[in-house]
Amino acid sequence: MLGKLDWSAIPFDEPIPLVTAVILAVVIAGVLGWVTVKGYWPYLWRDWITSVDHKRIGVMYMALSLVMLIRGFSDAIMMRSQQALAVGGAQGYLPPSHYDQIFSAHGTIMIFFVAMTFMVGLMNFVVPLQLGIRDVAFPTLNSVSLWLTASGVLLTNMSLVIGEFARTGWLVYPPLSELKFSPGVGVDYYLWSIQISGVGTLLAGVNLVTTILKMRAPGMDLMRMPVFCWTALAANLLIVAAFPILTASLAMLLLDRYLGFHFFTNELGGNPMMFVNLIWAWGHPEVYILVLPAFGVFSEVTATFSGKPLFGYRSMVMATMAICVLSFMVWLHHFFTMGAGADVNAVFGVMSMIIAVPTGVKIFNWLFTLYGGRVRFHVPVLWAIGFMITFVIGGMTGVLLAVPPADFVLHNSLFLVAHFHNVVIGGVLFGAFAGYSYWFPKAFGFPLDERLGKAAFWCWFIGFYVTFLPLYAVGLMGMTRRMQHTDNPLWTPWLLVSGVGAVIIMAGIGFQIAQLVVSIRNRHRTRDTTGDPWNGRTLEWSTASPPPFYNFASMPVVEGIDAYWTMKARGVERVEHEYEAIELPRNSPTGFVTAFFAVVMGFALIWHIWWMVILGLLGAFVTFMVFAWRKQDEYEVSPDELAQLEREHAEGLA
Amino acid sequence: MTIAIVDQGEAADPHARPVDRPFPGPASKRIVVGFGFWIFLLSDFIMFSAFFAAYAVLSGETAGGPSGKELFDLKTVAAETAALLASSFTCGMSALAVQTRQFGKVYAASFFTFLFGAVFLGLEINEFARMVAEGAGPQRSAFLSSFFSLVGLHGLHVTAGLVWLSVMMGQIATRGFIRTTMRRFLCFALFWHALDIIWVALFTVVYLMGAAK
Repeated sequence: MLGKLDWSAIPFDEPIPLVTAVILAVVIAGVLGWVTVKGYWPYLWRDWITSVDHKRIGVMYMALSLVMLIRGFSDAIMMRSQQALAVGGAQGYLPPSHYDQIFSAHGTIMIFFVAMTFMVGLMNFVVPLQLGIRDVAFPTLNSVSLWLTASGVLLTNMSLVIGEFARTGWLVYPPLSELKFSPGVGVDYYLWSIQISGVGTLLAGVNLVTTILKMRAPGMDLMRMPVFCWTALAANLLIVAAFPILTASLAMLLLDRYLGFHFFTNELGGNPMMFVNLIWAWGHPEVYILVLPAFGVFSEVTATFSGKPLFGYRSMVMATMAICVLSFMVWLHHFFTMGAGADVNAVFGVMSMIIAVPTGVKIFNWLFTLYGGRVRFHVPVLWAIGFMITFVIGGMTGVLLAVPPADFVLHNSLFLVAHFHNVVIGGVLFGAFAGYSYWFPKAFGFPLDERLGKAAFWCWFIGFYVTFLPLYAVGLMGMTRRMQHTDNPLWTPWLLVSGVGAVIIMAGIGFQIAQLVVSIRNRHRTRDTTGDPWNGRTLEWSTASPPPFYNFASMPVVEGIDAYWTMKARGVERVEHEYEAIELPRNSPTGFVTAFFAVVMGFALIWHIWWMVILGLLGAFVTFMVFAWRKQDEYEVSPDELAQLEREHAEGLA
Repeated sequence: MTIAIVDQGEAADPHARPVDRPFPGPASKRIVVGFGFWIFLLSDFIMFSAFFAAYAVLSGETAGGPSGKELFDLKTVAAETAALLASSFTCGMSALAVQTRQFGKVYAASFFTFLFGAVFLGLEINEFARMVAEGAGPQRSAFLSSFFSLVGLHGLHVTAGLVWLSVMMGQIATRGFIRTTMRRFLCFALFWHALDIIWVALFTVVYLMGAAK
C-alpha cells in the first residue's frame, strides 16, 4: 500500500534531525496558526499564492531563497564545527552517515534553492520593470515555475524527517549513486527534487528569454537595454540551453535506479564518466547562470551610486555574451583527472583561462565607473566593492586550478572548496545581497536599515576570509574535501580558525534578520514617496514604490541608454493624463495546484507508492485541463479606473 | 513545408521594419506565444541531443548481447517513417484549415494526423515488444539502455502530442476558433514538425548507421 514507506523511515534514533524536525514543526504550526488566527488566508490566497504578477512572484522566489539560506547555513556550520572537533581520537558529534547527508544537502540547497532561486526571483522582479512593460510573456507559466521550485524545496526538506537525503555529494556521481551502492531513498529524494524544480527553472528561462527579446517598451533597442537585462538574457539563454542536459542526465540515472538500465553502472557496458561529462555540461553553464545576473546587479549599482553612466556599455554587453558562449566550452576542467590525455586537458585548460578575459573586462569597467564619480557609499556599493576584491582573488585561484598539472595536485582538496566558495559567495551571494538592498525600496516602498546593513556586510566580508583562507591553506597541505574525521593535528588550528569564521558569518546573518525586522518596524518613518530613492537611471525608478499592479500607467518611450536618467535630464513629467485601457492577466491557482500534485507524485515515486504516482499525474493533468478550458484569462483596466488609481496614488503621497 | 499564417486582425509582424527605426514595443500575443514555444522546442532539442550523445558513447557497448545490426528491421522503420511524415503532412493541412476556420477540414486532417501518429506508435511499441521478447530489453546492455531511452523519449513525445491533439479537438468542438485555441494549434503544429526533425536524426543515427555497422 505505501511502497517502501514505514515507521523505520523516521529517524527516532538520531537526535539531531529529530529535534530539528520537532522545532521546525512547531515553527511551521505557529506560523500557520498565526495566519489563521489573524484571518490572513484569503489575502494570502488571493494576493500571493494565486498571483501571476511578476513582482509578487519575484518576491516569493527571493523569500523562499532567504529561508533556504538559513537551512543551508545550518548545514555549513555543522560541517565546520564537526571538522574542528573530530580529530584524532575524537569523533565529533556527527556520524559519517549523517555528515555525508549534510554536505550533500548543503551543496544542493545552496546552489539550487538559494543562489538559483534568488537570481531567478530577482530577474523576475526587475526585468519587466526595467524593460518598461507590465508583465512577463507568460504570467501563469511564471507562477507554475515558482511553485515547482517550491515543490523541489519541500521534497528536499521532507527528507530531513522522512527517510534520508543523498550521501553522494551534491552532484550524485555514479557508480556511488547507483542502486547497488546507494540502495536507500536519499538519492531518489535528490533526483526527484531537482527534476521537478528543474522543470520550473527551464520554464522560467523560456519565459524571460521571450520577454526580453519580444516585449520591450517602444524605443528600447537591444543596445539600449539596461545591463541587468543583458545579463538576465544571457543567464536565461544559458538556462534554456543547459537545463535540458541536467534533466536528461538525471533521467538516465533515474532509469538506471528504477528500471535497471545501464547508462552509468559498472556492468554491461555502462559508463560512469559519461554522467560526469553530461552533468558538467550543465554544471559549468550553471555557475554562469548564477553569476551573470550578479554582474548585472553590480553594473546597475556602480553606475547609480557614482552618478555616472556605466563605463564601457558596449564592452560590457560583449563580455556578457562572450561569457555566455564560452561557458559551454570549459566543462572538462571539473575533472582533468579523468584521464582524457594531455592534449584534451590542455585545450580545456586554455579555454578556462580565456574565460577570465571577458570577466576581467567587466572588473575594469566597474572600476572605471566608480573612478571619478561621486560615490555614495550605501550598502549596495559596499557589497559591490567587497565583491570586486573577493571575486578577483577567487578568479585567480580559479586560473591556478585551470592549469591541468596544478589541478592534479589540488583536485578534490579543500583548496578547490575554498576556490568555489570564493567565487560563489564573493560573486553570486554578494550580488544577491547588493540586489536585495538596492531594489528592496522599489519592492516595498521603504528602504532597509543602513547601519545594520553595513554591520551585516562587514561580518560577511570578514567572516568569509576568516572561513575560507584557512581552507586554501589546508588544501595545499593535502586535506581532501568531505572528511567527517581527520587525524592530522597540523590541520586542526586552521580548521578551528575556519570555524570561527563561520560564526562571524552567522553574526552577519543575524544582522540581516535584525535589519529586516527593524526596517519593517520603521517603515512609516522611512517611507519613500518618490519612487526613486537612489536617483536611479533605469525605468524601474520612474514608477511608484511599490509599483502599482500594472507597473506603468502608460508605456514609457525609450530614447537612449539609461532611459529614466534621460527623461529626468530633459525634465519629462512622470504624470501623464491620457490613459489607454490595459489588459492584465487574471490570477490563477494553476501553479499552486500543479505544484501540489508534483509533490504528491515526487513523494510517491521516491517511496515507490505507484497508485499515488498515478493519482498525482492525473491530478496534474486535470489541472491543466481546467486551465486550458478557462473562459477568461485577462481582465481590462479602463482609462477611468487607471486615472482614478493614479490620482489616489498621487494623493497618498501628498 | 511552410505554414502560411493568415493574421487574424493583429498587426503583421511588427519586427519587419527598416533597421533605422527604433524598437516598436511589445510584439503581438501570437508572435510572443509562437516565439516562446520555439524557445521551448529548442530546449527540447537539447534534451534530445544529450540522449543522442549518450547513444553515441554507448552504441558499441553491447556487452556480448545483440547489436543494432542484428536487431533493427529497416522495413518496419521505413513504415514508421512514412507514417510520421504523413501525419506531419496532414498536420500542415489542418493548420491551414484552422487559419481559415473550416471545421470539417480541421477535423478530417486532424483525424488523419492522429491516425498516422497512432500507427507510428503502434509500430514502435511492436518493435520494442519484439526486442524485449528476444531478450534484448533495455536491461541487457548499455547500448540497449541508450537505444530504448532515445527512441522511447521520441515515442513519449508523440504520445504527448496525440493527447494534446485530442484535447484541442475537444476545445475547437466546444468553443470554436477562439484566439487562444488558434495560438495553441500553432504551437502544436510547431511541436509536431519538430518531432519529425528529431525522427530524421534518429532514423539516420540510430537505424541507418546501426544497421550498416
